[in-house]
Amino acid sequence: MGAGHAHKLYRHGHSPVHDLPPHCKLAAVLGFVVVVVSTPREAVWAFALYGVLLAGVAAVARIPAGFLLKRLVIEVPFVAFALLMPFVVPGEQTELLGVSVSVPGLWGAWNVLAKGTLGVAASVLLASTTELRSLLLGLQRLRLPPLLVQIASFMIRYGDVITDELRRMSVARRSRGFEAGGVRHWGVLAKTAGALFIRSYERGERVHLAMVSRGYTGTMPVIDEVTASRTQWAHAAALPVLALAVCLLGWTV
Amino acid sequence: MHVPDGFINAPVSAVAGVVAAGAVAVGLRGARRELDDRTAPLAGLVAAFIFAVQMLNFPVAAGTSGHLLGGALAAILVGPYTGVLCIAVVLLMQGILFADGGLTALGVNITVMGVVTTVVAYALFRGLTRVLPRTRRSTTVAAFVAALVSVPAAAVAFTAVYGIGGTTDVPLGKVLTAMVGVHVLIGIGEAAITALTVGAVIAVRPDLVHGARGLATPLKLRVDGALVDLPAAPAAASSPAPVAARSTRKVWAAGLAAALVLAGFVSFYASANPDGLEKVAADKGIDEKVQEHGAAGSPLADYGVKDVENARISGGLAGVIGVGATVAVGSGVFWAVRRRRTPEAPGLRTTESV
Amino acid sequence: MNLPTAPVPSLEVSGLAYAYPDGHQALFGVDLTVARGERVALLGPNGAGKTTLVLHLNGILDAGAGSVRVAGLPVEKRNLAEIRRRVGIVFQDPDDQLFMPTVREDVAFGPATAGLRGPELEERVVTALRRVGMEEYAARPPHHLSFGQRRRVAVATVLAMEPEILVLDEPSSNLDPASRRELADILRSLDVTVLMVTHDLPYALELCPRAVILSDGVIAADDRTQDLLCDDELMRGHRLELPFGFDPRSVSVPRP
Repeated sequence: MGAGHAHKLYRHGHSPVHDLPPHCKLAAVLGFVVVVVSTPREAVWAFALYGVLLAGVAAVARIPAGFLLKRLVIEVPFVAFALLMPFVVPGEQTELLGVSVSVPGLWGAWNVLAKGTLGVAASVLLASTTELRSLLLGLQRLRLPPLLVQIASFMIRYGDVITDELRRMSVARRSRGFEAGGVRHWGVLAKTAGALFIRSYERGERVHLAMVSRGYTGTMPVIDEVTASRTQWAHAAALPVLALAVCLLGWTV
Repeated sequence: MHVPDGFINAPVSAVAGVVAAGAVAVGLRGARRELDDRTAPLAGLVAAFIFAVQMLNFPVAAGTSGHLLGGALAAILVGPYTGVLCIAVVLLMQGILFADGGLTALGVNITVMGVVTTVVAYALFRGLTRVLPRTRRSTTVAAFVAALVSVPAAAVAFTAVYGIGGTTDVPLGKVLTAMVGVHVLIGIGEAAITALTVGAVIAVRPDLVHGARGLATPLKLRVDGALVDLPAAPAAASSPAPVAARSTRKVWAAGLAAALVLAGFVSFYASANPDGLEKVAADKGIDEKVQEHGAAGSPLADYGVKDVENARISGGLAGVIGVGATVAVGSGVFWAVRRRRTPEAPGLRTTESV
Repeated sequence: MNLPTAPVPSLEVSGLAYAYPDGHQALFGVDLTVARGERVALLGPNGAGKTTLVLHLNGILDAGAGSVRVAGLPVEKRNLAEIRRRVGIVFQDPDDQLFMPTVREDVAFGPATAGLRGPELEERVVTALRRVGMEEYAARPPHHLSFGQRRRVAVATVLAMEPEILVLDEPSSNLDPASRRELADILRSLDVTVLMVTHDLPYALELCPRAVILSDGVIAADDRTQDLLCDDELMRGHRLELPFGFDPRSVSVPRP
């Protein structure tokens, strides 16, 4: 269900959101999602408010709505699952548009849809306002173990190599009239993977040799320090703090 | 199989988060032994590769598709500790960048798709390579089997997590059949890709396959144009398993492997014939389940693959669910065997922490 | 041979043998000593093991047998950080070497890895870029530069580490004649030991007073570059050919 292209993730721009240090943004998104998930599902209005909050962030970041909505498509497989719930979950039945559906199923579907969509939207906003490299720096600042940051940075470097190779091989396949359409084509796809691995490795290995030759031992050297001022932290905190207020209201009201 | 936010309730997500954090911590400690400056980028490549193959969505059935998990590949290529780390990184980055899998569900995702797949695959892989003859072909075969089992194992784990902490009461049986059903099919794809990749890497760069560190040929020197053996070549590091232990286990493993292959593939193809299907299903005692899931009306249960009759696929499915069960038992035995033989074996501590 | 006398040679390779993990053996006992300040050309046909030898010089490949010392320090796991600072390898394809978003960050990568920060780091970067004449390109992304400029930046990335020995893998390949000459001027102006792997025999003659031929995994000849290039039989025996119309006898090179 993973899809998309690394290059289309980031939307270049200069806005208050773009300029926030990456670790502040990461912390804010994480805080926001935790708050959203712990909101009771019966507080329907709270989720609407969360949506408004995110829309506000998107407006400040000057991310057009169309761009955001397109990226939300990632959610589709789970939407399908959620839409199924009202029909398979046992329990009290009710009539909806002339179809008999279960009440707990409806609540379950709403729960997954609302929380999932808000989480996806928050991540989409983060990815579209933060460059990959600074995301890694942010993770490093948030004390993610260096080995994980290292694997992640190699992954991103190799990611371009692999998508390039993948595209080239896919073009070659399709120009010979191949369409992936079912079980019979798994063999072809599987062979693609094997060749892809070797091709990417050999291309990436040379880059790595060059890095090792210049003293690389596993951590990217910090050439430009990323620091966050108290004001920047305060700005980043606005989203999760407002969300927390909504959440608390949701539990009390 | 990426779990979004709000799908699993908070306590279970938190517990899964702790389990995942523990597994990552164990992985970090163990990875120090597996990684040197040459294999660290390999880990990155494996992560990127898994990222990429998770994009290769398999057309499993009309309207639905599944993707590879990659745990087996990671464990075999870079070792189980680093493998867990790779998948954790992939899931983290997918969560942050693509919003694929919720951030609060990261623990569940890492546990199910990272820890379960790598541990199951690696235990099975090591068990098989230990008892099969030391050749490239048997490494590939072991990789195939390990990957084949790891995916349904993850599906079972997902169902278990869902059973404990699902926010909605979908009947567990339905979830299990749908999840395991789809993922047995994906497992076949995963097995093929893993085996082909491992096979391709072994053929070109055997030094890159963690699970197959082999023998090195002794060096020679060229003196005045003639080749002479290097005096006192360093002894080869690997020593074969004790002969007695090996022979009995060999027979046993060969039997298991044959059973797996027969149960899985023969039933898959034999099931083109409806009688064969019913027979296999009845023999395995799982036809009721298959019926039930056919009646569940979920799109996952509707395997209408283009040009392939429904009956054939679900028949193969029945067979392979049998394989899944067999292999689950088999891998349990392997674990026990390995645990007794090498208490410090990699992969075990990860298991214990789960 | 007329070696300048130095207490410790920059590079000492003795009895080096290596087989790749797939069983293919590439080096069969290489012996090579390069004194401090020397410029030596490493010649040899394709597949002679030149790149394999280069990868041993900074410990990327571990010697199967034999040893490598850089300025007296053996290439071993515990010395690797220091060895890699002392040995600067410029790889054949600058695109493999340049991986940071800007030229400045790329040049800073090596010294920053070694722990340099702040103004000291900036100073290193500027000096290295000035030595290759690329200081005004510091803020540009490497992939926006021409091939010749990229190779010069690649040399700068290595110079920024102030290496004991500079190892160049095919430095003149894919360069147009002007870039080729500019690079030669830069290399001549540097005061470091140079080991240059090349198929470009006139370039070797121009820059390196001494040359060695690596063939079948051993050093087959080691002499003044001009003498080697004039030995027709030796050249033919190791699949080395001079470009059309080039006569090494007609070129006057300064004696070292």
